[in-house]
Amino acid sequence: MAAVPELAPRAASRADGLAHQRIATAVMIAFFALAPLVLYPVFLMKVMCFALFACAFNLLIGYGGLLSFGHAMFLGTAGYASAHAAKVWGFPPEFAILFGTACSALLGLVTGLLAIRRQGIYFAMITLALAQMMYFFYLQAPFTGGEDGIQAVPRGKLFGLLDLNSVWAMYALVFAVFVGGFLLIHRTVHSPFGQVLKAIRENEARALSLGYDVNRYKLLAYVLSGTLAGLAGATKVLVFELASLTDVHWTMSGEVVLMVLLGGLGTVFGPVVGALIIISMENYLAQIGSWVTVVQGVIFVICVLTFRRGVVGELGRLIGKPL
Amino acid sequence: MEIFGVPTQALFGQLLIGLINGSFYALLSLGLAVIFGLLNIINFTHGAQYMMGAFCAYFLLSKLGVGYWWALAITPLVVGAIGMVIERLMLARLYKLDHLYGLLLTFGLALIIQGLFRNEYGTSGIPYALPQELSGGRNLGFMFLPNYRAWVILASLVVCLATWFVIEKTKLGSYLRAATENPQLVQAFGINVPRMITLTYGFGVALAAFAGVMAAPIYQVNPLMGADLIIVVFAVVVIGGMGSIMGSIVTGFALGLIEGLTKVFYPEASNTVIFIIMAIVLMIKPAGLFGTQR
Repeated sequence: MAAVPELAPRAASRADGLAHQRIATAVMIAFFALAPLVLYPVFLMKVMCFALFACAFNLLIGYGGLLSFGHAMFLGTAGYASAHAAKVWGFPPEFAILFGTACSALLGLVTGLLAIRRQGIYFAMITLALAQMMYFFYLQAPFTGGEDGIQAVPRGKLFGLLDLNSVWAMYALVFAVFVGGFLLIHRTVHSPFGQVLKAIRENEARALSLGYDVNRYKLLAYVLSGTLAGLAGATKVLVFELASLTDVHWTMSGEVVLMVLLGGLGTVFGPVVGALIIISMENYLAQIGSWVTVVQGVIFVICVLTFRRGVVGELGRLIGKPL
Repeated sequence: MEIFGVPTQALFGQLLIGLINGSFYALLSLGLAVIFGLLNIINFTHGAQYMMGAFCAYFLLSKLGVGYWWALAITPLVVGAIGMVIERLMLARLYKLDHLYGLLLTFGLALIIQGLFRNEYGTSGIPYALPQELSGGRNLGFMFLPNYRAWVILASLVVCLATWFVIEKTKLGSYLRAATENPQLVQAFGINVPRMITLTYGFGVALAAFAGVMAAPIYQVNPLMGADLIIVVFAVVVIGGMGSIMGSIVTGFALGLIEGLTKVFYPEASNTVIFIIMAIVLMIKPAGLFGTQR
């Protein structure tokens, strides 16, 4: 009985929080819709690709509690697959992206079956090692072009109609992919599936005792995360017309961890903000050149020692509502 | 002379390289296991600390004229001391948090250290001369054995076994193992556990630095020499499981040998074979060959 009056305000605040998130989502979408009028469109497309990549990564760590240190393998695999499909097989862009994403989903299934056998630190080490294996595979495989990568990937015509060589058509596609992916993740997190995932993160033994097949939920989250990371990678390849080893290297896996950590682990908008900050830093501080690695390391250390909530996490705490 | 269509010279040559690599895998995974046992942290900086060991030996030689043998003694102390400072200033703040934060912090530190060295010294290796006493080699009849390589295998084997002996057979080691099981209780017995943690981290780092000095004459001194190596060592640790000290040593040497054999029979897979073995082990025995699930 005593619980009843408590329940009501909590429910109200949850609805209130969701309203907040809807407003924030609208602001974010408006930003990416209007920003190309002021900012360089290719830069924004890069930000959106990495933001989707980071959101996919955050789905796994923020809601599943699984830290993957090998997410670059999904970004890179989808990139190589879609580049190969578009350039060598002459796939139209929509099928090239789909093919690349499907390859990442398959890779997610195979590596996921191995990785979810261990938890915590071991999960991180295993994903890192598997990603390194993929890196060596792509380094040696004949179709990836080794150090050169796959260059001059044709953007083609979307659905045979829309010529993606126009910056605005390309921008519209990336925008649609990013917003679609973002909303899908948002929907997943708030679905019953997402709730079970959070329960597993909080107390795995309890979730297991309640009858949830914990490993299947984890695997599904892992595959979904890898698939969406692949979608980001395939789209990114069309934007830059290039698939290269950078995208499968462990530094890329570290970069996405950094984006999410800086933006805020487990927050809805953190990955987007983190991607925006890190990509801006790399683009606009180009003169610092080789210092980028050092700066990234310093941000890592500062975030872990004193800023564990991240930018969005701190903002959410300031306004008292989750963002 | 040939075995399975492979000239014996090439076969034993690659096996020797495999054993050398295995020595480094064993030393590095041993350090990781010792640190993990007490701190519950996977030390991502391990590769960078191995590199610092090689650089420290190079600085000692080029700036102070201190030779290989002294470097072998001084470097682990210097780099280990730097490690202890890092533990006191940073890692010590994280013990109450999720262990993953330790991984993230040490990853960030590795980026900083490797980035700084790369900015200063580029990515091309700096040669480090072999110590005079160990130049040359001997002909064993079936193969030529360079003296330095024999020394590396012997020295790392001795250091690994000594570490095993100290941890498993001495009183100091029993304190360490007890603190791994239950730090609160050990502290209640009047043992200074925080200091023990600091010293353990320093010791693990010193092992990495020792490996770095030994690697300097073989692989040259390179800011990124530890960056990819540490990922392979992670796979070695997953295969062996971190429960047993002897397990780390055996797995390290064995995987080095297997890698060497792969180079002979199917060179294309030599970079990936350890990761493939890891995948197989995960399917059969997820806790690792010598590990216990924890």
